[in-house]
Amino acid sequence: MNSEVVIAGVGQVPVGEHYHLSLRSLAAKAMLAAIHEAGDIRPQAVFAGNMLAGTLSRQSNLGALLTDNINLRGVEGTTVEAAGASGAAALRLGYLAIASGYIDSALVVGVDKYTDSVGADVDAALAQTLDSDYELMAGLTPVAQAALVMRRYMHTYNVAHEAFAPVAVNGHARAANNPNAMFRKAITVEQYRSAEDQVSPLNLYDIAPYGDGAAAVLLIHSDKLEKKPDHPLVRITGSSVVTDTLALHDRQEMLAWYAAAFSIERACRQAGIMPQDVDFFEYDDACSIYAALSVEAAGFARRGTGCEFIAAGSLPVATMGGQKGRGNSLGGSGVYQAVEATLQLRGQAGKNQVPGAKRALIHNLGGAAATAISHVLEL
Amino acid sequence: MEIPRHWRLKQQRYALVGEVCPHCEGKIFPPRDVCPHCSGEAKTPYAFSGRGEVYSYTRISDGPAGFEESAPYTIALVKLEEGPLVTAQLTDLGGQPVDIGMPVEMVTRRIRSDGDERGMIVYGYKFRPVMAAQA
Repeated sequence: MNSEVVIAGVGQVPVGEHYHLSLRSLAAKAMLAAIHEAGDIRPQAVFAGNMLAGTLSRQSNLGALLTDNINLRGVEGTTVEAAGASGAAALRLGYLAIASGYIDSALVVGVDKYTDSVGADVDAALAQTLDSDYELMAGLTPVAQAALVMRRYMHTYNVAHEAFAPVAVNGHARAANNPNAMFRKAITVEQYRSAEDQVSPLNLYDIAPYGDGAAAVLLIHSDKLEKKPDHPLVRITGSSVVTDTLALHDRQEMLAWYAAAFSIERACRQAGIMPQDVDFFEYDDACSIYAALSVEAAGFARRGTGCEFIAAGSLPVATMGGQKGRGNSLGGSGVYQAVEATLQLRGQAGKNQVPGAKRALIHNLGGAAATAISHVLEL
Repeated sequence: MEIPRHWRLKQQRYALVGEVCPHCEGKIFPPRDVCPHCSGEAKTPYAFSGRGEVYSYTRISDGPAGFEESAPYTIALVKLEEGPLVTAQLTDLGGQPVDIGMPVEMVTRRIRSDGDERGMIVYGYKFRPVMAAQA
C-alpha cells in the first residue's frame, strides 16, 4: 500500500563555481525556494544530503547548521551521506519518515561546496569515497575507478570509445535549455571524438564536471496539505536503496551493476510498474560508462548495448542535461534529479519538456554503484 | 599522519597476506571479517603468491594528495592466480605498453609519502611485468 508522499515544492541553484556563496547560503537558496513554492510550509524535519562538507569546508553537523541558518531552529535535522548518492539517500529518508507516519512533512536538501578547496586535496577528498585501505592507498580516484570499469566493458563487449558519445551529446544538448545547468552549450559527436584524453579511456567529455550546487524538495503527506499549491503535486510511488561491495575489486561480476539493477527493480515493483512503463529516465552519468551500465541494469538494453539504446533515443534520458551537462554537485545530484523530474511531470521543463510525461524513474549512484538509489515519481 | 593504520596493514602491504576460509576454502584478499562466498567467519591467514594478470588498467596524470610525486602512474586491477582482484599500481614498465591479460608479479615499492621530510614513507605492493623468460 502506497502512502501518498508528495513533492509540494522544489528549489535549485545553478550548478557552478559560486565563490561568493558559502555552503550554508547555497543550501539556503534551494531550501527557501522549495519551502516558498510549497506554500510556506514549515517542515517538521530536514534531511541534508552531503558528501564532502566535513573535508572541503571543514564543516560537519549540517542538520543543525542548515536549519539554524534559515530560522528552522527546533526542527529535526540530520546529515545523510552515501558518496555521490547522498542526495538520493536524503530523499529516501525523507520519504520513509513521512510514509511511516512519524512526521507529516520534510525538507530534503542536497548540497556540496566543491570550490571551497583546490588542488590535490580536493582529489584526495573525492577519493575518500573509495575503499580507503585498499583503493585510495593504491592511488586510485573515483574517475580512475570508472576508467577501469569502462576499459573492461569495452574489452568484454568489443565496444569502441566513440559509442559513448550519445551520453555527452544528449547531456549537453539538454543542458543548453536548462537555466540551472553548468554548461549551457551543445556539443557535436566530432567534438566528443577529438576531446583530450583524461584518464584513459575516459576523455574530457566522459567525465561530468564537478561544481557547487544545492537542490531541495519539500515533501508532505497529501492528507496533511492544508492549501493545495498552484502546481500539480508529484507523488513518490517507489523508493529503494541497495548496496554492493564498496571496492570495485571485490565485485563478483564487475559489469553486472547488481545494486543498480536491484534498486530499480524494487522501486518499480513498489510502484507496481515495469521500468519500461516510465516516460523518461534520469540516470547517473558521473562518467559516461555509468549511464550505459545503468540503462542495462534497468533492463532497457541487453548487456553491452547500453550506448546503442541511448543513441536510439526511444526513451528520453537525462532530460535536463544529467550530471554531464547540468554539472555534478556530488551530494546535490540526487536531489537535482528529483527537482528536474518534478518539473517534467508538472509540464514546467521548457524546451526540454517530455510531452505528456506522467511517470519518471530517477537513479543516483554512490561510487561505482556501491550504493544505488532509485525513485519512481508520478503525477 | 596515519601511523596506526599503516602499521595495522603491514602484512597485507608487504606480503599480500589475505585469508583462506576454513569453511569453504575460498581465498580472500583483501582480508575481510566474513567470507564473501559462504558467510562463515574468516580468520586464517593466507599468503598469496603475488602472481597474476592485468584485468583492467588506466593512467593517472594528476594524483590526489600524497600521490602527486608518483604521477603520472598506471593503476590496474590485477587478477591474482588464486582468484581475487587487487587494485595496485603497475611499475617497472619501462615504456612497455600495458594490455589486459598481461602477466604481472608483486613487488614492494614506495607507495606514498605523508607530508614533509619528517613525514612517513609508506611502502607496499605494486605489480611489474613478468619477464618474458619467466612467463
